[in-house]
Amino acid sequence: MRRLLIAIPYIWLLLLFLVPFGIVLKISLSDYALSIPPFTPQLDLSTGWQGFAEFWSQLDMENYWFLTDDDLYWKAYLSSLQIAALSTFFTLLVGFPIAYGMANAPEHWRPTLMLLIILPFWTSFLIRVYAWIGILSNEGFLNQFLLAIGLISAPIKILNTDIAVYIGITYTYLPFMVLPIYATLEKLDGSLLEAAEDLGCTRLQAFWAVTVPLSKPGVIAGCFLVFIPALGEFVIPSLLGGSDTLMIGKVLWEEFFSNRDWPVASAVAIILLLILVIPIILFQRNEQKQREAGN
Amino acid sequence: MTSFNVVSLTLGFAFLYIPMLILIIYSFNESKLVTVWAGFSIKWYGELLQNEAFLDAAWVTVKVGFLSSTIATVLGTMAAFVLVRSGRFFGRTLFSGMIYAPLVMPEVITGLSLLLLFISLSVDRGVFTIVLAHATFSMCYVSVVVSSRMATFDQSLEEAAYDLGCTGWDAFKSVTLPIIAPAVISGWLLAFTLSLDDLVIASFTAGPSSTTLPIKIFSSVRLGVSPEINALSTIIIGLVTVGVIVASITSKRALVRRQQETV
Amino acid sequence: MSSATVEFSPWTDPDTTPLISFEGVTKRFGNFTAIDNINLNIYPREFFALLGPSGCGKTTLMRMLGGFEEATEGTITIDGQDMAGIPANKRAVNMMFQSYALFPHLTVADNIAFGLHRSPMPKSEIQGRVDEMLRLVQLQKFAKRKPHQISGGQRQRVALARALAKAPKLLLLDEPLGALDKKLRQETQFELMDIQETTGTTFVIVTHDQEEAMTVASRIAVMDNGLLKQVDTPDRIYETPNSVYVADFIGDVNIITGTATTVDGDATQLTWAEGVAPIKGMTGARVTQGEPASFVIRPEKVSINKSEPEASNKVQGQVLDIAYLGNMSTYHVELPNRQIIKSQTANNRRIARRDITWEDTVWLSWTETAGIVLRD
Repeated sequence: MRRLLIAIPYIWLLLLFLVPFGIVLKISLSDYALSIPPFTPQLDLSTGWQGFAEFWSQLDMENYWFLTDDDLYWKAYLSSLQIAALSTFFTLLVGFPIAYGMANAPEHWRPTLMLLIILPFWTSFLIRVYAWIGILSNEGFLNQFLLAIGLISAPIKILNTDIAVYIGITYTYLPFMVLPIYATLEKLDGSLLEAAEDLGCTRLQAFWAVTVPLSKPGVIAGCFLVFIPALGEFVIPSLLGGSDTLMIGKVLWEEFFSNRDWPVASAVAIILLLILVIPIILFQRNEQKQREAGN
Repeated sequence: MTSFNVVSLTLGFAFLYIPMLILIIYSFNESKLVTVWAGFSIKWYGELLQNEAFLDAAWVTVKVGFLSSTIATVLGTMAAFVLVRSGRFFGRTLFSGMIYAPLVMPEVITGLSLLLLFISLSVDRGVFTIVLAHATFSMCYVSVVVSSRMATFDQSLEEAAYDLGCTGWDAFKSVTLPIIAPAVISGWLLAFTLSLDDLVIASFTAGPSSTTLPIKIFSSVRLGVSPEINALSTIIIGLVTVGVIVASITSKRALVRRQQETV
Repeated sequence: MSSATVEFSPWTDPDTTPLISFEGVTKRFGNFTAIDNINLNIYPREFFALLGPSGCGKTTLMRMLGGFEEATEGTITIDGQDMAGIPANKRAVNMMFQSYALFPHLTVADNIAFGLHRSPMPKSEIQGRVDEMLRLVQLQKFAKRKPHQISGGQRQRVALARALAKAPKLLLLDEPLGALDKKLRQETQFELMDIQETTGTTFVIVTHDQEEAMTVASRIAVMDNGLLKQVDTPDRIYETPNSVYVADFIGDVNIITGTATTVDGDATQLTWAEGVAPIKGMTGARVTQGEPASFVIRPEKVSINKSEPEASNKVQGQVLDIAYLGNMSTYHVELPNRQIIKSQTANNRRIARRDITWEDTVWLSWTETAGIVLRD
């Protein structure tokens, strides 16, 4: 009975999570073809061992060399890393004070504040990104506002630039940064700060000496929760970014849907996965440490 | 509370909510030019509700949502059980890795890999494939929610159930499930929301005749702002707000009740 | 203790079959041995106590009876049936959990009926049995309440009723009175004993509280580090402990170490200090002439006097401290070799009228059979 309990989700995940990655790997080693599906070789088990051997021989690393050849790809990887890292930083900058404010708010306010943070999280991601189109466009709300108060004399182009992408990522991923930090700060023992002040620190010094180091687990969790998905983001660069905004998620999408080059798209995915393996493992290690620390 | 805190909270929440407020306000704008106010009107809502394509997509989305979240809840609860209760077993690290990885995996990768799977198996893409895809990545979220509830669950309750004659399934059905029900329901709601909101994975795994609402919205907004979308957004925001408030009141009551029970 | 237990001693009768039998039972968790080769018989209708400090293995032993742990080696038999491989839900054993483990989502009545619904009892009879159980623990008025709506002591009674509902052959009680305050604990102890006698169920209780064990049990097994130190009736454990560990664990005791110079049948003499007469006591377990030994005597057996008494054992000392406990006083007397002996007497007269006070020189005395000499 226990075996069945383990087996069902396990098999599901193997079939629908792990095996697909194997397939992506295989296709990344295949060649583009004008067929349906648009790649070759195709594994045809009816041709027996001979067919299988031939199948293997046709696989090659061509697509991977292509990725290194064409500038687009490695530039896109780098650009994605840069955008994800900077966005994570901005999200931290905006999110930490919010989490801190929530943790220091009076006890009876906190459930309401939690509600206010969680509500955007449950609202459609797509809609929240869309909202910024109306704000950042040349005729958008922001430009109108700045023109109205006389700060600028002509609309500034923000939409369809990298800046819009930074704003978009920070905005949509904010709850993911605030919640872990808030969870950590909330558990902070107030008497530690009192002890620090008792020993001679000012409020600011106590903050840097006590609060910041102890908030590290939450900060790390929040950063991972933003950085890792942001790296492969598609929707935000697609809607808010320009045609020269290079993010690997967008590149993968276009390879797949516009160019119909599935093998290259697969190779792009595999490389992205390899880049992410290290952060993912670090994230899981951090979570494990948190769990063991008896949170 | 210090003034710094007040300021940062006010600015922070303003940043979070003003974009949505703008969206809502302009959905009532008479003019098609979303950014020029021409008077109050609800005509965009009317046009939206008559738009067959949107209504069809909404229906598909809701169907997919219900099906996938129910499957995800069953599978995710099983997985949570396995993770919290089963000790070491062969392949446990892989299992736990597979459960937690989708939480941080970029959706383009998950979507691509699933589509390629369906192609290899010659499965026709349609509502069925979207449901499978959503169930797969949602079950991980359900599993996280349920396993964190299971971690604080008093195991002696299950032992008492066995002691009084329950089989494994009976103990789960009669004792464990009623008690963890709130967490299971939250898991379901989370899976439902994720499914409703998903664009990328649905784009990869949908078939020609099965468009979901996010896909429809995306193709509309690529061309720019549209007041119908504003109206749709307002409706969605409204529904979510009501849902979240109801859920929070219910869960507050449940928490109070649970605090009383675990004395 | 009720008078019935005085004549109740099936363990002395070789013709009675034990209800529970542990034969060579060992339990290991990885490298740690929790239970070390235990042999034990428990008889029907006993109120048997497993007593010992934390980690001594008493809970593990009980969980093995309940079916929540399997023995690594050895055989456990209940009512003649080997329990190996039989899961908890198939045993005629029920347990009252330390945390009570009442199902929070069910009413008191539904909690009690829970096990009955999973037994062969016909549905029509279940309600009657539940009512009977509610009467037994006097909770008739609380049948419809939920566990969080009743007090701690009431919850404990629900747990008991639930565990007895199926009339099990054996009831296991895991530190049942730990969460109750002292007064309630004492009342509940007697209630438990009454219920045990009325229902005729065999009870096995796990506790670290030796007073509790002494009050309720027909026999006590004192455990330490997975081993049974002594299994006996409360009075024999108290009066004739078989080791210093047991003597020290139960109640208050004076321990004097020395050498057993003369061992003559029931009487042993212990030389313990120079220039003083050896102590005469009873011969305890494993005492060997000429070997080191310890003399143990309970404080209430030590008389205290200002003038030298006529006694087989007497020694002089100085009153260091007096602990006044209302109904009795304990005198801490320092002997010439700096050792402190406790003497306890009932306060027959008001303390102000006593003639013994701090720093007085006094005589401590006791009879030849008041204390026992033990090997270790």
